[in-house]
Amino acid sequence: MENSGRIIVGMGSCGIAAGAKAVYQQLEKADLGIPLGLTSCVGMCFAEPIVEVESLSGRIMYGNVDAAFADKLIESLKTGTENLPAENRIKESSDGKKYLDRQVKIALKNCGVIDPENIDEYIAAGGYDAIKKCIESMKPDEVIETVKESGLRGRGGAGFTTGIKWSFLAGAKGDPKYLVCNADEGDPGAFMDRAVLEGDPHSVIEGMLVAAYSTGASLGYVYCRAEYPLAIKRLIKAIADAEERNLMGDNILGTEFSFHLKVKEGAGAFVCGEETALMASIEGRRGMPALRPPFPAEAGIKGKPTNINNVETYANVPFIIREGPSSFNKYSYGSSVGTKVFALAGKIKRVGLVEVPMGISIREIIEEIGGGSATGNPIKAVQLGGPAGGCIPESLFDTPIDYDSINATGAIMGSGGMVVMDDQTCMVDVARYFLNFTQKESCGKCTFCRIGTKRMLEILTRITDGKGVENDISLLEELAGHIKKTSLCGLGQLAPNPVLTTLKYFRDEYEAHIVDKKCPAGVCKPLITFTVNPENCVGCTACAKACPTKCISGERKEVHFIDPEKCVKCGICRDTCKFDAIDVE
Amino acid sequence: MSCIDCGDAVMKEAREIVEKIGSEPEKVIPLLQEIQNRHGYLSQDLVEAVAEVVEIPVSRLYGVATFYSQFRFTPMGKNLVKICKGTACHVGGAEKVYSIITEELGVGEGGTTADGLFTVEAVACLGCCSLAPVVMINDNIYGKISPAKMGKILKEYADGK
Repeated sequence: MENSGRIIVGMGSCGIAAGAKAVYQQLEKADLGIPLGLTSCVGMCFAEPIVEVESLSGRIMYGNVDAAFADKLIESLKTGTENLPAENRIKESSDGKKYLDRQVKIALKNCGVIDPENIDEYIAAGGYDAIKKCIESMKPDEVIETVKESGLRGRGGAGFTTGIKWSFLAGAKGDPKYLVCNADEGDPGAFMDRAVLEGDPHSVIEGMLVAAYSTGASLGYVYCRAEYPLAIKRLIKAIADAEERNLMGDNILGTEFSFHLKVKEGAGAFVCGEETALMASIEGRRGMPALRPPFPAEAGIKGKPTNINNVETYANVPFIIREGPSSFNKYSYGSSVGTKVFALAGKIKRVGLVEVPMGISIREIIEEIGGGSATGNPIKAVQLGGPAGGCIPESLFDTPIDYDSINATGAIMGSGGMVVMDDQTCMVDVARYFLNFTQKESCGKCTFCRIGTKRMLEILTRITDGKGVENDISLLEELAGHIKKTSLCGLGQLAPNPVLTTLKYFRDEYEAHIVDKKCPAGVCKPLITFTVNPENCVGCTACAKACPTKCISGERKEVHFIDPEKCVKCGICRDTCKFDAIDVE
Repeated sequence: MSCIDCGDAVMKEAREIVEKIGSEPEKVIPLLQEIQNRHGYLSQDLVEAVAEVVEIPVSRLYGVATFYSQFRFTPMGKNLVKICKGTACHVGGAEKVYSIITEELGVGEGGTTADGLFTVEAVACLGCCSLAPVVMINDNIYGKISPAKMGKILKEYADGK
């Protein structure tokens, strides 16, 4: 680093979507004579775009960098790094501090810190030391023992102990042996794996190398969903760079150990997150799940022994090898150890990616790290685990993050999507939303998954349309039981979860829809009407201008009127009104 | 098995594609992806030609293609509008954005406008949940979409951005 320092722009997918590219170009055009670099998502999505200024005195991170602030930054940088702006310093702000204080970064250690497209930056941060340590001083079974001792469990959802899984592959007979990284992050509302692949692809590659070394696997695939073009691009570059340094390919680091890794692009099928379906897809077939046993460790890809872990699981491995298992399992709660990455989204103030130690409570994540409600409306529930998971009500927010405690609520840890819902979210609508998703994504193999989910969706749609009938709830419960029992894979077995958890905790909302024909959250269109509250309306005309069907009339500074005949109940007036003058009932 | 309607140009392209991607059984999905990358959809004659070059039944290619939501069987408009319907976007008002887009363009999910400018698709999640609701047009992601903003963006593309 030179005296003049360096400027680093956060260029993850969401940074770019928030305008990071324009900021980068602005800085480039200013031609400050200071090197310009990039990094990926640091997890503070609420503060994107983010620009960091590195100088001898450290790194200063600026959040919410718009064109005007970028100009200000450029002006100050013209005179060196002495007079940098004092505002927008995100890490020093109370928002930033609260967001970061409780987090422990292991899987995300390098995300948003290093340039993911530069292997030297990964190496400088201790990268590839773990695989070197394995090759130079550890026998394969010692590596497996270390991973077992760390207590690491699969981060894809099921939570199987990683070291034990690896020992199955090591003990399996067959050649070649395959390793697969499941990067088919299909849960809507989850973006952890995307962030790791975009921000630190080498950590996943190194984790796979360690697994290959300890299990004897010689071929590997990263199965990544096609919706993540930037992740795929960076992964392919990272593999090529590792090959160039002899960290991948034949005779790695001059030893007998060889491992080849390829990227397979998914083609859009949620069920391919299931391991047997994923392997079928890698082999070029329809992604239909198969009966287990045989498990992949006995007969996986092309009938050969195969081990499958997800992105976050592999990303934890280099740290465990490098720092020792006790540096990982010192964070523990019950049988859950280490950290877990969550994608915090929905109606929450500080949205982003967080990595927290096991045992922290849901409340601490939502209120302390996430800053509570974004809208000021009370938070009602949090959805964990995507379409296979469930909604946990606010009354259970003291539940600790731990596989067993979360399972006890009826939800699942899942891969880490955490979507926060406030009182303007209708839980019946949420259940219908997830059923619509799983119903579409069912591969059709098992009858109850194929047809049962369809019937459940029809009932839920009927309820949200105001046409629910008395025994709909018991019919839903009956169908849910059959689907859970008779489906082959996780998609079907877990599909009823969103309905069952909302029925368990928000039964009153179902009853309000069915019996009173009302939607308490004001979401289900056939059950609501929009009116202007004459006491709050100041006649600002904002709603009338925004209304797409022009059904709001009224003179300036006078109470407005919504024509119920023309109103399409889109809710834009309510979103536009600054005076809380649109009532929904 | 032969592709009766395939002209020489189509066969030539099919051979190019197979040479680039390979012809092993596991290359079925990459072959289909390559066809779609080149043309925006799976044109029937090219799929048949590729099947002939690789020497597998066309039905096998279609069997795989129809399983995965990525593949399209009709030509795509100039701009591809993907509306994210992930959980965070759903909670954040994706339905409103969806109705604005379909109203403005006059086509529903999977449809292409008569002028060939836009194809509308709904996707499960783009992974930019922090910016919900999100819309992706071609390779550009637009976050925190409001109905008014959406209209403006669509107009930019219609005007030839």
